[in-house]
Amino acid sequence: MSLTENLANNGVNVEALIGAREALSGAPEAAKFTWRATCKWMNGTHSHSVVKGFYGLGEEQNHKTAFEFDADHPEVFASEDKGATPVEYVLIGLASCLTAGIAAVAQYRGIQLRSVQASIEGKMDIQGILGIDGDVRNGFDGIRVHYDIDADATPDEIKALVAQSQKRSAVFDIVTNPTNVTVEVN
Amino acid sequence: MRSVTTVIIGAGHAGLAMSRCLTERAIDHVVLERGAVANSWRTERWDSLRLLTPNWQSRLPGYSYEGDDPDGYRTMPEVVAFIDGYAEAISAPVETSTRVTRVSVDGDGYLVVTDRGEWRCRSVVLATGACNLPNVPKVADAVPAGIASLTPMNYRNPDQLAEGGVMVVGASATGVQLSEEIHRSGRPVTLAVSEHVRAPRTYRGRDIQWWMDRAGVLDERYTEVDDIVRARKVPSIQLIGTPARTTLDLNALRRLGVKLRGRLVGIVDGKAQFSGSLRNHCALADLKMNRLLDAIDDFATESGLHAESGPPTRFPPTEVDESPPLGMDLRNGEIKTIIWATGYRPDYSWLDLPVLDRKGQIVHDGGVIMQSPGAYVIGLQFLRRRKSALIDGAGSDAADLADHLESFLVGQSGPAWKLPTVSNPGVPVPSGRKVAA
Repeated sequence: MSLTENLANNGVNVEALIGAREALSGAPEAAKFTWRATCKWMNGTHSHSVVKGFYGLGEEQNHKTAFEFDADHPEVFASEDKGATPVEYVLIGLASCLTAGIAAVAQYRGIQLRSVQASIEGKMDIQGILGIDGDVRNGFDGIRVHYDIDADATPDEIKALVAQSQKRSAVFDIVTNPTNVTVEVN
Repeated sequence: MRSVTTVIIGAGHAGLAMSRCLTERAIDHVVLERGAVANSWRTERWDSLRLLTPNWQSRLPGYSYEGDDPDGYRTMPEVVAFIDGYAEAISAPVETSTRVTRVSVDGDGYLVVTDRGEWRCRSVVLATGACNLPNVPKVADAVPAGIASLTPMNYRNPDQLAEGGVMVVGASATGVQLSEEIHRSGRPVTLAVSEHVRAPRTYRGRDIQWWMDRAGVLDERYTEVDDIVRARKVPSIQLIGTPARTTLDLNALRRLGVKLRGRLVGIVDGKAQFSGSLRNHCALADLKMNRLLDAIDDFATESGLHAESGPPTRFPPTEVDESPPLGMDLRNGEIKTIIWATGYRPDYSWLDLPVLDRKGQIVHDGGVIMQSPGAYVIGLQFLRRRKSALIDGAGSDAADLADHLESFLVGQSGPAWKLPTVSNPGVPVPSGRKVAA
C-alpha cells in the first residue's frame, strides 16, 4: 500500500512507526526497552504509583510529565476506595493497548475510524484470593472485551483490525502467556 | 581438484530446475547431491504424506504431468519417481552420494569441498532446501523424562508411537495431518495451535491451488508484498492431499475428538502451559481465509468463470471451546509422545561465506546473494514469488536466477545487472489487504 494515497487520519503517525521499525530491525539493541513504575504504600490497601522514566533507544527516556495512579480496594472489601483496584488497572491496560493497536492498524490499512468503544470485564472468584478454596486461581477466570467500532470499512475488515491488534498487543501477550516474575526485598 | 563454471548443491526439484536452465544457456555445471536425487523426499517424510499440490501443478522447465489423474496428489514414492524422471529427462550432471562439507571464497570464485573431492567454480547455487532441520522450540528442553519427543523428520506412522496420548505442537499442514492420523490410530491427540493458515481443499468445485494459480496469487512477486520478511515466514496452509480431496481444518479435527489448545508457551514443573490466544489465532485464520475466498470470487466474476463454477460459499468459523484449558499435566501418564510440528529451518553449517543474518538466514535479494557475487540460493519460501517453495515455483525462479548468473559470468567485472521487475498481471488485491499472506 502506498502511504501517499492513504487519506485516513486516525491521529497515528504510521510513517514514524514504520521508520522506527526499519531503523530498529538494523539496530536490535536500540529496540530493547525497560518500562518502570514505582509504588508506595499509603495506608490500608491504598497505594500510590508513579510512572516517569523508562529506558529505550539506547538511553534513558522520560514521559512529558509524571503520571500518578492511586489503587485501593472498594468499600465492600472494607477498604476506603481511594482508587481503582489493581485488577481494574490490568483491564485498563489491556483495553487501552488493544484500542491503540486498532488505531495504528486502521491507519496503516487506510481505514478511517469514527468511533471505537471498548467495554471489558474480567470474571473472578474471590475464593482464590481469600484462600477459601485452593482449586480456585487468584486471577481472572477469563476476560471478555467487546468493541463497538464505527469505521469506513466492512464488518470483516473491522474484525480483522481487532484481530491484528490482539496479535501485536504487548498487554494481550502479557495476559495470555506466562511471564517470569522475580520479586526481591531490600 | 576439479573445475566447473557453476556448482549446484542439491538435486531436488529446485537444483534440477536450475540445472536445466543452465544447460539451456550452455553454462557447464555439476549438481552435487549428498544422497540420491530427491533425497529429502525419499528419506525425511512420513509414510502417508502426499503432495499438497495437485499433479497438474508440478510443472518443471520442460517437464510436467502426463498421467490420467491431474487432480490427484502424489505419494512420496510418486514424487521421487517424478523428480528422478526429471533428472533423467534433462540429463542433469548429478554426482550422487557427494556431501558438501564446506563452501568458501577462493579468489574470484568458490571452493566447494565434499567428502569425495574438491571443486573450484566461478559461481555456486545453493539448492539444499528450506527444511533441513526441525525447528524445535526451546521449551522442548523441559519435557519431562518418559515422554518421547519426535519431529516430522523422524515420525513415520502411528505404529511407531507408544499407546496413549499424544501432544502435537503446531497446526500447519504437518500438524493437522499428523493429528488426524494419530488420533484415528486410537492415540488421543491434544493439538497446540498457534498462528495458522486455513483454506478449504476445494472451492466452487475446483482445487484451492487451481484458484490461487489461475488468479495469479501464487505469482505475486517478492517485490510486491509490503512486508517480505513476514511473508517468508507465513506457515504452510492447513491442507492434505487425499484421493477424496477432503478438507482438514481445526473444525474437522475437533469433530474427530482432537482437543484444541492454545500455543504451547511453556513447560513448568512438568505442566504444559498454553496461551490464551487460541480464539484470536482462529479468528485471524478465518478472516484471512475469507479474504482469499473474496478475492477468488472477484476473480471468478471478472474472468468469466463465475457461471461455470459452483456457487460461492463461506465455511463455518472455527469452533473453540468456551474456556480451553490453559495447562496440561505431562507427568500423569496420559501423554506418552510429543510431536514438534513447529516447522523447519535450513542447515548452513557447511557454508563458510559471510552471508547469514543474525538469525542464521541467508541475506539475499530474490535469490541473489548480494554479499557474495556469483552465489545464489533457490527453493526458499517466497524467494521470488509466493510459489517459490512449491515444486511449481522452481522453474520461473531458476530461469530468473540463471539469467542473472549468465550476466554475472559475462560481465564479471562489468556493471551490476539488475533483474527486471515484472508486475503481477493476476488478481487485483484490495489495497493494503493481502489475499494469502
